[in-house]
Amino acid sequence: MAVTHRKTIATDTVGLALAHDSAALHVSGRAVYIDDMREPDGLVHVVPGYARDAARGKIKSVDLDAVRKYPGVVAVLTCKDIPGLNDSSPTIGGDPILADGAIEFHGQVIFAVVAITRDAARRAARLAKIEIAVEKPAVTVDDAVAMKVKDILPPYEFKRHDVTAALKASVHRIGESFLIGGQEQFYLEGQIAMAYPEEGGAMTVFSSTQHPTEVQHIVAKMLGLADAQVTCECRRMGGGFGGKESQATQWGCLAALAAHVTGHPAKCRLDRDDDMMMTGKRHDFRATYEAGFDKTGRVTAVDVEFWGRCGYSADLSGAICDRTMFHADNAYFYPATSIRTRRLKTHTVSNTAFRGFGGPQGMVFAERMMDAIAIKLAVDPLDIRKRNLYAAGRDITPYGMKVEDNIALDLIEQLEKTSDYRARREQVAKFNGKTTVLRKGLALTPVKFGISFTLTHLNQAGALVHVYTDGSVHLNHGGTEMGQGLYTKVAQVVAEEFGLSPDRVRITATTTAKVPNTSPTAASSGADMNGMAARAAAGTIRGRLTDFAAKTWKVAKSRIRFEKGQVIVGNQSIGFGELARKAHQARISLSSTGYYATPKVAWDRAKAKGRPFYYFAYGAACAEVTIDTLTGEMRIDRVDILHDVGRSLNPAIDIGQIEGGFVQGMGWLTTEELVYDAKGRLATHAPSTYKIPCASDVPADFRVNLYDSKGNRENTIYRSKAVGEPPLMLGIAVWSAIFNAIAGLNPGKVPPLDAPATAEAILRAVKAMRR
Amino acid sequence: MSQRTSLRFLRRGKVVEIERLDPMLTVLDYLRLEEKSPGTKEGCNEGDCGACTVAVGTLRDGGVVYEPVNACILLMAQLDGKELVAVDDLGDSDRLHPVQQALVDSHGSQCGFCTPGFVMSLFTLYHAGVRPTRQQIVDQIAGNLCRCTGYRPIVDAAVSSCTGRAIDAWAKGARRAAEQLAALADGSDLFIGNGQGFTAVPAQAETLASLAAAHPDATIVAGATDVGLWITKQLRTLPKIIHVGGVKALHAIDNGKDILSLGAAVTYAEAEPYLAAIDPDVGEVVRRIGSKQVRASGTVGGNVANGSPIGDMPPMLIALAATLHLRHGEATRTLPLENYFLAYGKQDRKAGELVWQIDVPRLKPNERFRSYKISKRFDQDISAVMAAFKFTLAGRRVQSARAAFGGMAATPKRATRAEVALAGVSLDDAASWGRAILALAEDFQPIDDMRASAAYRAEVAQALLRKALIELAGASQTRVVGARGKAA
Repeated sequence: MAVTHRKTIATDTVGLALAHDSAALHVSGRAVYIDDMREPDGLVHVVPGYARDAARGKIKSVDLDAVRKYPGVVAVLTCKDIPGLNDSSPTIGGDPILADGAIEFHGQVIFAVVAITRDAARRAARLAKIEIAVEKPAVTVDDAVAMKVKDILPPYEFKRHDVTAALKASVHRIGESFLIGGQEQFYLEGQIAMAYPEEGGAMTVFSSTQHPTEVQHIVAKMLGLADAQVTCECRRMGGGFGGKESQATQWGCLAALAAHVTGHPAKCRLDRDDDMMMTGKRHDFRATYEAGFDKTGRVTAVDVEFWGRCGYSADLSGAICDRTMFHADNAYFYPATSIRTRRLKTHTVSNTAFRGFGGPQGMVFAERMMDAIAIKLAVDPLDIRKRNLYAAGRDITPYGMKVEDNIALDLIEQLEKTSDYRARREQVAKFNGKTTVLRKGLALTPVKFGISFTLTHLNQAGALVHVYTDGSVHLNHGGTEMGQGLYTKVAQVVAEEFGLSPDRVRITATTTAKVPNTSPTAASSGADMNGMAARAAAGTIRGRLTDFAAKTWKVAKSRIRFEKGQVIVGNQSIGFGELARKAHQARISLSSTGYYATPKVAWDRAKAKGRPFYYFAYGAACAEVTIDTLTGEMRIDRVDILHDVGRSLNPAIDIGQIEGGFVQGMGWLTTEELVYDAKGRLATHAPSTYKIPCASDVPADFRVNLYDSKGNRENTIYRSKAVGEPPLMLGIAVWSAIFNAIAGLNPGKVPPLDAPATAEAILRAVKAMRR
Repeated sequence: MSQRTSLRFLRRGKVVEIERLDPMLTVLDYLRLEEKSPGTKEGCNEGDCGACTVAVGTLRDGGVVYEPVNACILLMAQLDGKELVAVDDLGDSDRLHPVQQALVDSHGSQCGFCTPGFVMSLFTLYHAGVRPTRQQIVDQIAGNLCRCTGYRPIVDAAVSSCTGRAIDAWAKGARRAAEQLAALADGSDLFIGNGQGFTAVPAQAETLASLAAAHPDATIVAGATDVGLWITKQLRTLPKIIHVGGVKALHAIDNGKDILSLGAAVTYAEAEPYLAAIDPDVGEVVRRIGSKQVRASGTVGGNVANGSPIGDMPPMLIALAATLHLRHGEATRTLPLENYFLAYGKQDRKAGELVWQIDVPRLKPNERFRSYKISKRFDQDISAVMAAFKFTLAGRRVQSARAAFGGMAATPKRATRAEVALAGVSLDDAASWGRAILALAEDFQPIDDMRASAAYRAEVAQALLRKALIELAGASQTRVVGARGKAA
């Protein structure tokens, strides 16, 4: 089963399957996460406190006497201690760092204990007496609609032609409403930040964040400081997945506030349960649609509305719900369509970014619709999918972007062949004809995912490269490392530029002090943008060295090459370090910034038209499952994946993203279930009750391959493609295969299956089919 | 016998002695906060993610056996007389241990936070003396969650590094470590503290029984896989800890011809092969109890003693008609296990009384056993419903049956009405099963919680009885998990 990695680019270092830059540190326990940093003298610990029983209501009273008196407690922080702005929102506001007057979800932070040990702070935090004038919370989207809670953001629509008329004119119509569950990020390293008060009131914050710039800016606003007074640094995260894009900030703020109030360095590390209660998750949705299609199964009209559970505040929900709409077509052409979202306010934690950023929910709908059409026409779902793919003359998305780089059909047909789809379809039918308790299902689903921030101004990145006089290189850029291998890929790009071995490139922690005004590491854009920015920085220095060498040795610039640690200058070879030393003596700068702004992207949200994406990433997965019709239990038998990464910068890292993304997506749609109780309290706030996939859930027969690409059609870094998010949606194949298994129980009937397809959800659908 | 006032364990080849000890100190906090060894990570602080996995070496049959354990819910008391190995000890980043190197080579780490735990789980597999199958590998790491990789490269690393032959420093130092551990096992009773607060690890059964009787308010700890959470999650103050694991007699397994007897401190890991020999279904459920880490600490006795309504073992033991032995001071008594569970959180055990031994009768030739565990995730999950059945057959007819369920009531409980209705049903007449299956609705009124709805529980309980009968009647391909589904 071991994977071999094939390099597909004619380069020295780019394209190699190098190990993650920290691999040896990870396995030896020497990689330093924030909680592993040597603790500074006088460190105090911060633990947030909340009302234990209430989700929503005015705060009648907060009695913190017992908290303050607990041995070891140094301070108890409330909103009154905040000198500046009490808001950690990434966008339009509404996220108090410490609640002021009312709470709107269970777990909302009301106060924070500062103590000399974390244990003391935790114990003290439970002694608060908080009275809330409890109001009934709207927990689900259906609650929010029924209770007429005002939407947190206005609705939004993509439309083309008159969908109502097109539906009426359609030969066949189908309609359904179903639920798509949310998902906890479950990064293994919980949220954490450590703040050091600096001279003159300045503050340095070490934060496990995908967005150091936002932590910097929001801490500055909270303390009433200029941005320049605050520095935020992150060497690595123990996982992020979007959960540390906007929602690492609050904990950075609490650490900084404690440091500000006490004058001591302060660390805020959340308990796992607190983390799961207090930070947002993937949005859950209700999707309601009506589709029209012709007798071949080709879609003629799609009318779909998504209700998104945004939680109590806007956070990133606007852009997330937009992306649900951007991917409600997945890889399919909808001639007439109306795609709408409502962004519902619920009295639950504010849902936030999670790998795919709303896109997966849109795609789940698209694939569900394809499956439903296939059932109605009694045609293999793969044929329905293929008939509906974007193609020549059918290549404009509902938001007016032309799909120029479409490889979906070729990729699907390759996987159809290599997965032996047709023969296995027959085997599945044969199996189902013989068994009474167990049933198999098979599905092959595509992914087309738009790459770029749909908030266009975020599509920019910066880097800083220094070459020292021994020829070693210091690399810094605005992207953060959360395990995805970004630092490794960017180091490969820089090593390539200088013709050095990658171990000569020192990778350094992301910090707002070196590269300012960065975008979050999100939207799969990390390597695309930071790779380009770092290449630009290194290219500038290389240009200077080339000019210097050309002048010094009187050789044409075209005859100077950087390779294998040497610089070839005409007929002679000089060590890279030697050249750097000589250049320095000649007073040539060996340091440069680099900058990149993604070209071509332009999106007019008001008109809902434009080109929000630079390009699309494609993939497909084929999954076979077996369900138990007595209990609803499900086992995945085999998965085949073919995924497009353009020309891979690092095939080992890319395969890792594909496999890991798939498993995460599979977990989202199967075992991972968020359960809230009637009071609006999350009941699944620890791994004992919230079940992400473990090793045995991954099929033993798991075949993952990279699509043999000629390279990204667009001029990306070495013609590679982004790979962070798209593979998550390969997991939809599993859900579709389960759907397929259930569908066979009653041909012609669409199983009322909600996501996640837990054993309970599967059994519910099975029963409905037999009624 | 002598009393000892310092905790002793082996670490990096040396005996560490601790004379002052907070009874509630976990091994994870000891490593990170006291020893300042930050390699071992805290992921969940409840024994469910495995990021804090360490290896604990135990002297067994003259050799040191390494098992993975969750340090976050392992109390220091449990280390007495053991060897502790943490990730920091294995190798530096430029001189890696074979399992570490294999993880690097297979690209088995991404964010790296779970990695130290995987390293330690694989370290113990490396020392297991077998070339593991894929199933053994995924069982080995079922208690280690990784959110990044999708596990495939980690499984690959296990395949390439765990060859059955250990040649690392622990293999080379095995004899000396065994000698050192043997020297620590001097039969002395550990007691640190005073009458108000203490850690006690008695070695003598009499000391244990009298100490527990003298301190009815003390917390009795076997594996601490539950008590650990009282400390780390509920933040309870437990000033008096008595760990039963030091008493050799309580580790006894009497594999008799008719009855399997397990001492109260026998861990799931120790009991697993013996329980599996009673019936493969028992083995399959035990394989799915907690994780390797939980089974290395957790005991069958503890699972019974704590009276959880969702423990996996009690329904099986009740269906098998197990007998429980209790001891209070010098006094001992015996009762059928099902009578031990009185109500939610209430058992027939007075303060200071100890679960001492469990006797499990083997199946007779005309008896058939079936058990099923329903949970959201197959491995390392808590049951929504646990069902266990013992059928006594007369040819193709059920003569009598014992059926017990977990997750269906406030205690593990027999389905008495269904049992009555099962008497006399024919395996060849599915129509005759209906009354028994429907009787389960009278036997149980389950509740809604985060694991399942009441409706699903009620329905799946019936489905499981039906499944058991279908299987006994001879159907094949009846399960998506476990070996019996394939083989039957």
